[in-house]
Formats: sequence, C-alpha cells, structure tokens
Amino acid sequence: MELLKDILVLDFSQFLSGPSASLRLADMGARVIKIERPGTGDICRQLYVSDAEVNGESTIFHSINRNKESYQADIKNVIDLGRIKNLIKKADVMIHNFRPGVMERIGLSYDATKEINPQLVYASINGYSEKGEWKDKPGQDLLLQSVSGITWLSGNKDDNPTPMGVAVADILAGTHLVQGILAALFGRFTTGEGALVEVSMLESLLDFQFEVLTCFYNDGHVLPERSALNNAHAYIAAPYGIYKTSTGYLALAMGDIVRLGTLLLCDKLLTYTNQADWFDKRDEIKMILQDHLISKSVYDWLAILEPADIWCAKVFDYDMLMEEDGFKILDMVQDVRAGEQFIRTTRCPIRVDGQLLTSEKGAPALGEHTASIIKEFNL
Amino acid sequence: MQLPLKGVTILEFSQYLSGPCAGLRLADLGARVIKIERPEGGDSGRRLAIKNLWVDESSLVFHTINRNKESITADLKNADDLVFVKQLIASADVMMHNFRPGVMEGLGLDYQSVKSINPAIIYTQISGYGNKGPWNHKPGQDLLAQVISGLAYATGNKDDHPIPFGLAIGDYLCGNQSVQAILAALIRRHKTGQGALLELSLLESLIDFQFEFFTTYFQTFQQHERSAINNGHPLLSAPYGIYQTSDGYIAIAMMPLHKLNNVVQSEALGNYSEKETFEKRDEIKAILSQCFLSTTTDVWLQKMHDLDLWVMPVLNWEQLMQSSTYQALNMEQELSVDDDKKIITTRCPIRYNKQYFLSSKPAPKLGEHTKEIKKELANKKIWNS
Repeated sequence: MELLKDILVLDFSQFLSGPSASLRLADMGARVIKIERPGTGDICRQLYVSDAEVNGESTIFHSINRNKESYQADIKNVIDLGRIKNLIKKADVMIHNFRPGVMERIGLSYDATKEINPQLVYASINGYSEKGEWKDKPGQDLLLQSVSGITWLSGNKDDNPTPMGVAVADILAGTHLVQGILAALFGRFTTGEGALVEVSMLESLLDFQFEVLTCFYNDGHVLPERSALNNAHAYIAAPYGIYKTSTGYLALAMGDIVRLGTLLLCDKLLTYTNQADWFDKRDEIKMILQDHLISKSVYDWLAILEPADIWCAKVFDYDMLMEEDGFKILDMVQDVRAGEQFIRTTRCPIRVDGQLLTSEKGAPALGEHTASIIKEFNL
Repeated sequence: MQLPLKGVTILEFSQYLSGPCAGLRLADLGARVIKIERPEGGDSGRRLAIKNLWVDESSLVFHTINRNKESITADLKNADDLVFVKQLIASADVMMHNFRPGVMEGLGLDYQSVKSINPAIIYTQISGYGNKGPWNHKPGQDLLAQVISGLAYATGNKDDHPIPFGLAIGDYLCGNQSVQAILAALIRRHKTGQGALLELSLLESLIDFQFEFFTTYFQTFQQHERSAINNGHPLLSAPYGIYQTSDGYIAIAMMPLHKLNNVVQSEALGNYSEKETFEKRDEIKAILSQCFLSTTTDVWLQKMHDLDLWVMPVLNWEQLMQSSTYQALNMEQELSVDDDKKIITTRCPIRYNKQYFLSSKPAPKLGEHTKEIKKELANKKIWNS
C-alpha cells in the first residue's frame, strides 16, 4: 500500500514552496487537488524560465504540479466558496502560501476551517511569519536568501554576496511543511484533532544554517569569512574546495594536507605539519594546490587519489552526468503526461520497500477536474 | 503541548550530519531518539569541530546536531552487545543508519534480518549514491555529492569555477527527506501494521533538489549557464540577482524592466524589451550594476518598495538580528549542558498550533544512557510499539 493512501490534500498554494510540498505528498500516495482561481490559475503556469515551455505553459509548472488534480474556483464567489467549504469538510490537509491576512479575509482562516472540520491539518507557508517589519513582504526566494545571511557563505572572499543558484528557501520551506503536516496527521491518531502547521521561508533558511549559526551565537558573533579562493565552506579548512585541472575540475573534501602533498608530489605542502594551519593558512595552501593541480588532468589526479581513499570527485555538468552509469542506475528520470505528449522530469527521491515512487500522471489543465470533483463529493 | 510523535522510539545508527539531522527533527517533534554509538569515540561527528569550538569532549557542531537525544554504546561486532541491540530493535519503531552499502549486512543488521526481529520496523537507510552501481562505495560526503550531481554549475557567475553551495545541502536535504518518509511510513503502519524499508541517497536528494533544472534540461538538452555577472539563478532573466550599491548590496528579484527603469532611469536600459530579458540578461545586468552604484541601499529600497517591487537588502547575521522580524521569530533557544554551561542554538523551524517545538535537553555524553536503557529492557519497561 502507498504510504499516504486515502489522504486528501487541498492545495491553495502557488509557485514553488507550497506546490513542492504537495508534490511530495502526492508522490507518497496522497490525493492532491489544486484549488485554482479562474482565468490564470496558479501564476506559475505562466512563469517561463530559460524560455522553455510545453503546451503554452512553463515546463517548471509541469514538473512541480504533476500527479495532481485541478479544481477551479473563485473564492470570492459565494457559490464557489460554499463548495470549497464542503470540500474542506472531506479533506485531511489544506495548504496555502498566501501572505498573512489573505485567508482570514476570505473566511478560510484556520479558526474558520476548524469549525467546519476539526480534524483538518491546516498548513501555511509565508516569507517572514506573521510578525515583524517584513510580514507583508513577498515570500520570494532570492529576497529571503539575501536577508537570511546565507549569501555570505558561498563563493570567494572578494566576491559579491553570492546567492545559492537554486530556489533553496522555497524548497526547504516546502520540505519542512511536509514534515509538519505528516507529524500532525500522525498526532491526529492520538488526539483525534487536526492542527495548525506554520513555516516561514526565513525560519527554514535559519534552520538550514543551524550549524554555522550556532557557532556564531556562541563565538561572540564572529561573522563568517569565505576563503580567498576555491571556497566550498567558510568554516572548513583546506583543501576543501573545487580546483581547476588541465582538463576539468576536481573537488577535494576534508583531507590531510601533508598526505596530499606526498601523494600529489607537491613538496610545498609537506611543510604544513601543524593541523591548525590547514584552517588558518587555508588561502595559501589552496593557492599551492591550485598551482599544482592545473598541471595534470582530473583523471590523472583521480588515478592517484582514489586508490589512496582520499575524498575526491570529478566535477560534472549535466552533459557529463547523463553519460555516467552511476546516474543511469538510479532511474531518476520519468516521463509524465502533458496533454497529448509526454514530458521528461525527475522522480521522487525516496524508495519505499524497494520500489520507486513514480507516476505518469501529468500536471492538470486549469480546472480539468472541477466537474468530476463536484460530482464525486456532491458539492 | 502534546508532541505529535510522543511514544515513538527511533534508533539512530548514524554519524555526522545526514542521519543525525533527521534524528534531531524527529526528536523535536516528540520522538525518543537513541543514538547507538561505538564504544571507542562514538559518532565521528563528536570529534569534528568547526572553528575549533568544543563544548566538552565533543564539538559544538556535534552538540548542535545531537541535542534532545540519548546515547548508548554498543560494539556491534561483540555478540553480547549485539544481543542487547537486537532487543532494542525488537521494541523500537524506527531505525536509521547511514553506513556505506554492505556494512549492516556484514553485521547481520540489514533490513531482512531486522525484519525477522521486528516485522513492523521502519528501516531507513541513507547512502551517498544508492546501493547499486559503480559509485556505491564512494564516500557519501556532501561536497562530492554536490559536484557529482551537477549542482556546482548553479551558483556564481559564468566564468567562475564551478561553485558549490557553502553549506552541506546534500546531507541536510537527504536527512530532511528521510524525516518525510519516516513520518509517512509511521502513518501507514498505524493503519495497517505494516513496516517499511526506506532508502535515500545524497545524490538522489540533490537531483530532486534540482528538479526544475533537470526538467528544463530534458526539454532542451542544453546545459544551463550562469549569467556573466550578478547571477541569482541560471534559469532566470535579468534583473534577478544581487547588486552592489554605494554602501552595500541589494537583492533584485523578478520585475518588469520598464518598472525597474522608472526607478533607475537609464537611457541604455530603455533599449531593451521585456522579451530580451533572458537572452540579453548579461548586457542588461551590466547596465544595472552601474546604475545601482549611484546611491545607497536604503534609497533604492525606499524607491522600489514604494512601487511594490520585489527587492530586499542583503544582510549578514548581525544585521538580520537587528530586524523586528528576526526578533519576533524567537528562533534561538538555550541548552543547559552542565550547571554552568549554556549553548544557544536554533529551534525547530516548524510552528505547531501557534507554539514552538523547544527543548533544552543537550546532546548526550557518549554512552550516557546505556545503563538506564539496559535496566528498562530488563524490567520489560519497554516503551510502546
């Protein structure tokens, strides 16, 4: 049996944070119905990136909203709102990512929905929580990264603050929301009651930084400093980083500098016998390594380092990764329906009982399931 | 508050970050988490310090990741200890490990063996690259998994080296996804009595993390490129990125170019149409990066917030902590390690019925709870199951 069979989720959310949460729930077996407004629906339908589209809609929308149904409703219309409330009565979970106050004005606050369905797990994501100076600001990924301090951790010392190039705040907030929702569904077995689960993108990004923030809190508020070159983690000693070779790039994780010097025949490294220097003098050590590693190819270095159990890897882009058996054997790719055609995307990363969680059910057209849902639930 | 995972027992055979950060989240949600550590040294994470910060025999990082847990020591190669561990397994709800493939099989603690002791167990395994294939014995280390997954081509600018995330995203994300899977399996088990085998890997988690990029790649088969300057996200058009101002930095998210130009008033920018913002993003960003230097972050913020444009200042932690938003989050909590020693750390990011999941319980000393838990087992005072 699928892990979340018979769980009904109503997803009022848009873009990425909320929809990525309901995607995970869908892949684990829940039934997810997107509640979308007439005309445009989830704004993400029109969010094109890199100029790629499928059937006039963004590929991104298709990848985030596969395996879901779509119910179109104008929540400002009395009849539609009545139907939504009837649907809420039957639901286990509802998700939204509106800014604070929006659901309250519509009459779908937690307190209001709890009246309709005391067992409902009500989950919300916003940018900055409901309090403080930024509560009404948009919960947008780059902006959250920028206020969270996280932009001072990637890139090198003299670079501009460098955001992480994936929507990490959205995805982590969605990930944490799923945790809260599932914990609440489990807790409901004991209490018989639903719960209010809230996550903000800022809290999620602070949690992501929990190790380094804890250092900061307890070390007299010393701010992080990225290494001058080849930085991969502001708090980790040399050689930790990515190095250019004569062909391609080599990543080196934690390792013994003197041993590396011996293996790589790099005499200059042999003088760094004091371990504390590996952090304190990491810039000069990395410089020596970089000058040395450029002389041969990544394959030459791997042939020396891998047999010696040094933690290293060749850096791949997607073209290279696709060719690797180590990638192919994961079966990470699946094709899902998009109207008459199929669109290739990735699958849920979790394996359950030895099985992959895949589904060829594609993203729904706007309102595709409105009529059938009205009938099925007698709305 | 009644914690949602009250009564659930988790055995954590994990080290470092991926498994232990999952154990931490489950502990905060109310589970009882017991670390099973080897007698000599325990979790290797105990001796992994950053900035040379130590609390006791264990590093501050270890304390951060392992608070709110218990610890027993057991030598899994010793027959008596193994009997003890199997007794524990018989009465546990969940076990998780992040050993390399084959290790637990060698100890007789693989899923099939464990299932014969406890058929309803939820068995969770985190590896670096999956159990099969040419990489299954590569070290499951965060930076290595990042560079293998292609993630190093998302951050930084076009002519930079590949740049990894400056945090252990592979470990962290995989641990967090394990929590999702464990919770879903607990829900199924409550309904059906059925246990589960859950398998995750850092690499699969990192591919999932880049699902937008992979899906786009599969349509075009073109490796995405970072913009030449001010890259914020390789798939997004100008102006998306961080820009230097006369006294700091400002983050500019997506917005129509003409609206932005109402603020920056650049003649050169007027030559570009909305349709060109992806294709010509490098030129547009180059113009903008000059414009933003002309005045302060505060002036830009005021002008742009007045027009509801999506911008924020770029802050460091010290500056963030001055904001009323940070102060209202109550994100910090205190752990009492010994009578005289306190650690400040972050709390669980999830709020539940308007309350926080807080716990002042510090990380356990190595084997701190061995005796007590042996006694509990002897008295058959076994927690639920």
